[in-house]
Amino acid sequence: MSFTQRLGRTLRTPLGVVAMFAVFALLVVAIIGPIFWQDTADRVDTTAIGQRGSAEHWFGTDALGRDIAARMLVATRLTLELTLFATVIGAVGGFVLGTLPTVLGARAARLVTALVNLLIAFPTLLFVLFLAVVFGVGTYGAVLAIGIGIVPTFARLVQNLAASVAGADYVSAARILGVGRFRLIVRHILPNIAEPISLFLLQTGAGVLLAFSGLSFLGMGVQAPDYDWGRLLNEQLNRVYTHPESAVGPAVAIVLTGLAFNLVGEVLSQAGGRRGLRPTPDRDRRALAPTPAGTTSVTAAGGAGADDGEPAPLLDVDRLRVTFPGGHVAVRDVSLSVAPGEAVGIVGESGSGKSLTALAVAGLVPYPARVTARSITFDGVDPTANTGLGTSLAMVFQDPMASLNPALTIGRQLSEVAEVHLGHNRTQAMKRAVDRLRAVRIPDPEHRSGMHPGEFSGGMRQRTMIAMGLMGEPRLVIADEPTTALDVTVQAQVLALLRDVRETSGAAVLMISHDIAVVSQVCERVVVMYAGRVVEELPTSDLVTGTAHPYTRALIGAVPDMRTDRRLPLVTIPGRPPAPGEDTSGCPFAPRCEFATDRCRTEEPVLRGTDTRRRVACWHPVTTPAEEKTKSP
Amino acid sequence: MKSFTDTRHNPWVTFTLRRLGRLTVSLALLVTASFAMIHLVPGDPVRAALGLSASPELVEAREHALGLDRSLPDQFGSFLTRLLHGDLGESIGAQMPVADVISDRLPSTMQIAAIAFATTIVVAIPLGMAAGVLTRDGRRRRLELAFVGTTSVVAVFPEFLLAVGLVALFGAQLGWLPVALKEGPESYVLPVLALAIGPVAALSRIVRVETLRVLDEDYMRTARAKRLPTRILYLRHALPNLLTSSLTLGGLMLAGLLTGTVLVENVFAWPGLGMTMVQAITQKDYPLVQGIVLVYGTLALLINFAVDVLLAVTDPNSTIRES
Repeated sequence: MSFTQRLGRTLRTPLGVVAMFAVFALLVVAIIGPIFWQDTADRVDTTAIGQRGSAEHWFGTDALGRDIAARMLVATRLTLELTLFATVIGAVGGFVLGTLPTVLGARAARLVTALVNLLIAFPTLLFVLFLAVVFGVGTYGAVLAIGIGIVPTFARLVQNLAASVAGADYVSAARILGVGRFRLIVRHILPNIAEPISLFLLQTGAGVLLAFSGLSFLGMGVQAPDYDWGRLLNEQLNRVYTHPESAVGPAVAIVLTGLAFNLVGEVLSQAGGRRGLRPTPDRDRRALAPTPAGTTSVTAAGGAGADDGEPAPLLDVDRLRVTFPGGHVAVRDVSLSVAPGEAVGIVGESGSGKSLTALAVAGLVPYPARVTARSITFDGVDPTANTGLGTSLAMVFQDPMASLNPALTIGRQLSEVAEVHLGHNRTQAMKRAVDRLRAVRIPDPEHRSGMHPGEFSGGMRQRTMIAMGLMGEPRLVIADEPTTALDVTVQAQVLALLRDVRETSGAAVLMISHDIAVVSQVCERVVVMYAGRVVEELPTSDLVTGTAHPYTRALIGAVPDMRTDRRLPLVTIPGRPPAPGEDTSGCPFAPRCEFATDRCRTEEPVLRGTDTRRRVACWHPVTTPAEEKTKSP
Repeated sequence: MKSFTDTRHNPWVTFTLRRLGRLTVSLALLVTASFAMIHLVPGDPVRAALGLSASPELVEAREHALGLDRSLPDQFGSFLTRLLHGDLGESIGAQMPVADVISDRLPSTMQIAAIAFATTIVVAIPLGMAAGVLTRDGRRRRLELAFVGTTSVVAVFPEFLLAVGLVALFGAQLGWLPVALKEGPESYVLPVLALAIGPVAALSRIVRVETLRVLDEDYMRTARAKRLPTRILYLRHALPNLLTSSLTLGGLMLAGLLTGTVLVENVFAWPGLGMTMVQAITQKDYPLVQGIVLVYGTLALLINFAVDVLLAVTDPNSTIRES
């Protein structure tokens, strides 16, 4: 974005208008101040010495009876001039010192960088005071001191920016083409770093103004009879007890001007960059409307689970919806049940809403997404209410490298579960932690429980996560992509461990994965999700032969096995899933489906039970060949 | 001391040695600069200090006493020798050894700097963390705006203007607190506030951003999945992860806070090194200025070095300082 565009956009924000107006007003006062108020400011009035603020003298009068308000207005010009001079000195010096490393040979460049590093180690104020002494106390000494004082900071910025640009391809290309070093800076590097530097200049200007006022305030800057705001403050300070307004006036002028500079810089840099997190514009209008169409599907689904005298489900989710602000529905009327001890897998591509479904069940959906459902019950309670859940629900997350707290020991992260939920004391809890670590086959658990996650391998961390879930008596383990971040052999170990945990603890497992092969190793039942909906549900044993939805077929077709012809390219599903917020009328899979008809494109298929164990949402479910159907139960 | 071969295996020993090298070079630069200062000042420093009415004999005698009539390398040599013995020369104005003046004034400065630093850490970290927790994931936009707005405005206030404002408000208007000199515990309040308010604003702003980063980490989701009480969630799981970077940045502010005493002490007539320095500069008491520059500079360098090494020890993977 060009600077003028940025300026235009800035002027459309209220903050931008205020900032720009403040700077404009300052410039006007700086220009006309000495013209209009010079006489008032210099008029000595022995009858009005040291008066307090009044309608005639807003901020009172000084020791010679001069009007302080007028002196402030007049001082604006000198204050801004000195700020400008010092900033220019600092900018030029900083730019030269900052670009030198790019122009000079490697050894000289290192020397310059080292010098800047050395200078930057000293606090700026100390450096400026030192320089002020060397250049002599007074206006010019102060300008030089502050100007040179900010050189190291500025040089460091330019150096960093130039280095980032100098590594870019087009600069390397120019170098290969034999462009001279000086030309390289002027033509290739400078234009690309001009913008951040000009923004930084505004902020530096504010700093310089304050520093200058500081020096004048200490009596080391502007000397009488000249005066800038800092000098005025210095002259009035001893009256702060009697007439505070006369000292506060100049102080406020300094602060407001500094703020105005900062504000302009801030507003300008923000106008170009992103402004925080904005909800995506509402394009999925259908999502906001009530969905009578979905009702039939759920009734059918609810009916499928209820009959046959099956045991009451451990987890029962009825029409779960996860909505983001702006109306994007990431999970759309998902109904799901898991029986005690059962292992159910949810598969689907990224963005299908499978992880959000799992997080919603655990009550962990990140803000600002909203979870609604006709009902969610887990073990008789509503897990999203975040109460009474205790340790009966365990989570295993995708990335074991990031899911454990790097600041706490492994043992502590396990034992706190027992302390909080089981009322164990520290020793008991730690004993249980070691025992659980042993149960997931962490070697030497007594010793390892004292380690930090950084000392564990990925596989060990994932086993630790499982052990963490086993600290209580879990009735359901939700495993969200538990093997995705692990290599293949470790994957197999973790899957074996999950099966093992299920057998020994009798816990149900809800496993989320994009990998249908992984899910089929652990689960008895598979739920296939697409674009936030359940499109098919079937026993794992039917995966090979009994799939009805074209999407599930395509997913299975995409898994290579030992018989896959390796000379052919890997099978992929053509097209892409609908983007978040993309409006899909009809079946969301229709654009990618080879069997799609006009009906698929206009009317959304509902999830219907084909028999007691299967459900499918498709207008044209693939009919299973007769000879294979005999194999399935 | 570890043997040399050890350093190859221990990255932070290498790091410390490298930083020690840089510290040495910086100190050498500081010593050279403070020595050179008296020769760089415009005009005759002794004449300037004694005034135009001083007799030429007096000026000559003083120059001889300061060793200014000898050759430059000779002077530098004796400057270094004296420095090693803790002798910083004789103050022209105070007529006593510079080292005595400094040891008399330094404790007052260190006291307010240390108290202000402790206040900064103790206030800024809980404040920034609370702000981060309350505004996480884009909650409470108005509070976020108010917090960021206030802290960024306050952070650009220079110490001396804050000091003037505090004097005007608490000293002059309300009359609650003493506004000048070091007399009793109450007299510490305003100088410490003037020093600490800016750093509190700057640091709490950074702590808030760090808090937001930590709360977004996967391990915080794990902790929430464990259904821990809120107190444990934030204090045990979040706090340690944002402490290192927060303390580092706080430590880096300490050097700036220390030099900020120069301005603040002048507002409150605080009998510390900063006020002495400004007096010495205006009186052209160059040996004293030289000594104070050395002390301030050395302290700042040592603080930065200590922060670097502490960070390297506590968090070897940190890249904060190597950017």
